[in-house]
Amino acid sequence: MSQTISIFGSFRLTFREMTKLLEWVSVLSAFFAVWYSLIGGYVKHPLIEKNITLVLVSPIIFVLLFGLYAVTVILYRVFTFNNCEEAAKELQEEIKEARRDLQEKGLRW
Amino acid sequence: MAATASDSEITKSDKYSILLPTYNERENLPIIIWLIVKFLDNSGYDYEVIVIDDGSPDGTQDIAKQLQKLYGSNKIVLRHREKKLGLGTAYMHGIKHATGNFIIIMDADLSHHPKFIPKFIELQREHDYDVVSGTRYQDGGGVYGWDFKRKLISRGANFVTQMLLRPGASDLTGSFRLYKKDVLQKLIDSCVSKGYVFQMEMIIRARQLEYTIGEVPITFVDRVYGESKLGGSEIIQFAKALLYLFATT
Repeated sequence: MSQTISIFGSFRLTFREMTKLLEWVSVLSAFFAVWYSLIGGYVKHPLIEKNITLVLVSPIIFVLLFGLYAVTVILYRVFTFNNCEEAAKELQEEIKEARRDLQEKGLRW
Repeated sequence: MAATASDSEITKSDKYSILLPTYNERENLPIIIWLIVKFLDNSGYDYEVIVIDDGSPDGTQDIAKQLQKLYGSNKIVLRHREKKLGLGTAYMHGIKHATGNFIIIMDADLSHHPKFIPKFIELQREHDYDVVSGTRYQDGGGVYGWDFKRKLISRGANFVTQMLLRPGASDLTGSFRLYKKDVLQKLIDSCVSKGYVFQMEMIIRARQLEYTIGEVPITFVDRVYGESKLGGSEIIQFAKALLYLFATT
């Protein structure tokens, strides 16, 4: 829900949403807090102790996986980017038609 | 189609002002106007074309005058300016003289095809959208004349932008759009950036101000005459604008 409070007429303070930067900072800090509590030994569990190296490098793994995902998606979209050959051909025809018609109507350019 | 009396009255009074900012578009201007007239006369919507030429040295204004004579001064309106002053101010200048309640913004270089305008209008009417944006990135849309590198930059930039800004529109840098007139006015007033990143900021501000946005897939045929511009400085401009919007919106 957005709320707007008017102060001094035209000057408005808007409490609508956090900036995108703040959203990212908050989500990342939440992840960092969880991760730090695991590697710092604040949460004790035999499973964590057994896989402590994995926990330690997990942020790097996440970043790598995300990078892989990003590259895959971007490349997929590049290769499936529609080339619009038809539209280009159609436009060329229309340009010819327009030139002919405009010339008949006495336009000179 | 069954329309009530009040519906058809609203429909009747709708008018679409098409803003065409030009700079050295002597070759393209007659063709784009011929296409606009062809597709809009066919659709029956009330419209006007406002040509805003920023003092082109190539004679764009002469040909614009000839076109006005040919199609009538109620269809073709000329609002020239002395020199090149930027896109945002060109739109402001155009809006001031626009008699329509909707504004359509497009490039005059033939990369935006007027055949999509009736589609924009239909979608706007169906949902009463505040903004309808053309998109190259959705099914049915696309681009002609781009090589691998250009596509990669475009898709990469779009991916990062979508991730960071979640704008609710798939094509941020495109400039083929329909706006309600008062909405466009407010958006321009709230935008700070200049140049082509201005288009991106407009959509982000629209999201921020909670305007509704619809999208129509468009085919984008890159400049037939003249050169297309995408260099290092555009990429830096884009990155700066992206970070600015990321930190402030």
